[in-house]
Amino acid sequence: MITTADVIIIGGGIEGCSTAYYLAKRGITNVIVLEAQEIMLNGGASRNAGGVRQSGRDPRELPLALYGVKNIWPTLGEELGVDVEYNQGGNLRLGKTEEHLKTLTRLANNAAACGVGVGMISGDEARTINPYLSEEVIGASWCPTDGHANPLKTGLGFYKNALAMGVKFITGEKVLELRKVKGRLRKVIAEHGEYEADTIMVCAGAQSKEILSTVGINAPVRPRIDHCLVTEGQPHMFDTMLGTAEADFYGGQTNHGSFVFGGDDDLEGFDIYDLKTKGTSTTAPCVCRGIMKYFPKLAEMNIVRTWAGWIDITPDGVPVLGDCEEVPGLVTAYGFNAHGFGISPAIGYALSELIETGESSTIDISGLHYNRFKAKF
Amino acid sequence: METTPTIRRLSAEPFKPEPDDDLIVCRCEEVTKGELRRAVHEGLYRFPEVRRFTRCAMGLCQGRTCTKLVKGILSRELGCTIEDLQNPHARSPQRPLQMQELGNERF
Repeated sequence: MITTADVIIIGGGIEGCSTAYYLAKRGITNVIVLEAQEIMLNGGASRNAGGVRQSGRDPRELPLALYGVKNIWPTLGEELGVDVEYNQGGNLRLGKTEEHLKTLTRLANNAAACGVGVGMISGDEARTINPYLSEEVIGASWCPTDGHANPLKTGLGFYKNALAMGVKFITGEKVLELRKVKGRLRKVIAEHGEYEADTIMVCAGAQSKEILSTVGINAPVRPRIDHCLVTEGQPHMFDTMLGTAEADFYGGQTNHGSFVFGGDDDLEGFDIYDLKTKGTSTTAPCVCRGIMKYFPKLAEMNIVRTWAGWIDITPDGVPVLGDCEEVPGLVTAYGFNAHGFGISPAIGYALSELIETGESSTIDISGLHYNRFKAKF
Repeated sequence: METTPTIRRLSAEPFKPEPDDDLIVCRCEEVTKGELRRAVHEGLYRFPEVRRFTRCAMGLCQGRTCTKLVKGILSRELGCTIEDLQNPHARSPQRPLQMQELGNERF
């Protein structure tokens, strides 16, 4: 039996769920979301500390980040009826050496040139904002309009609302093949059924590569492991989201009181070769050492859990969003490079507009189009 | 693992409160039976989803105390057997460990 819909979304992660939600809000509810796993929202948004950040972003991603912080995030919790724990506590990116300050100044200048309110501050000014910082911090970049939110609740909030508005979600249904009919993408062949739609969106993380290869698209994406850790709950200490010039760690304190941090040990991509692997023994300790260099006061904090999973990376560090000239009817969203969560509501908004009207006119996503990938000469 | 497709649907019935809905099931995070039942009623189908949404089994004991109870409640609400429900994934450390201790690991 063939099941038909107006739109099929392949991948039940946060980008797929937010797009389904915004499609339903536009009145397009004949939508099917196909998820290969048995659980929803098990992609990159389930393994990050929830940064909602404009600073430090590639200029091509900035229209999404700026639109989200201005127009979506402040009221998203109310709109979804779910406490997404959005906290606009600012983002500090920390430096301990002159070299670090050079890196931070360059990043801050790039962002400021694109209209992001971010500037350099001294170590003492940083300690006024966050008194728990080590005396060794000599400077930082500061973006007061950045913040953080709860990725698990945001993603499930999009899912729950889309479900309530009539979007159909099918879990445990792995997509095997896409097929064109008369030159236009039309069919989805999955393990247990066949589906047809006018528009098919592929947002399946690194697995998008395999799916898109069935219509001749060589998606420039591969998986990389990403680690997180969470501490026991603590009384409120600070609202700032943190990062460093050297990328030793990033993270912050949640509303619940626990600290969620993420980071890497620079061996990612070379230490694991099996997608079933759930993490390495070296990364979490390395992240701990990174945190303690900047926050000695956190050394006695109990860690209750470490976890890891796969994210999807692209050659230039930004996602592939939009349609695809070679395959009419196809929309893609993959390659979020571990910073997709903060822009996920804006992505859903932009792609739902693209799917309905044929164009993302509210948010400029043209710099993220698939056609930017070309051989070097 | 063999998967079977599940078409997710919201129950047509309104949520029916039960007299003991205020019973605390997850002691670490103080999550009640009613909160778990409501999460299922609103479309969460699997333990990890309910866990991530309500915080049950996400506290200091990481579900060592409440997992059995939560699975019992979820299976009744979902109309499936307890065996159908996966346990939440166990992750290191085995017991809460101070950052300075975990940071000593080098291999």
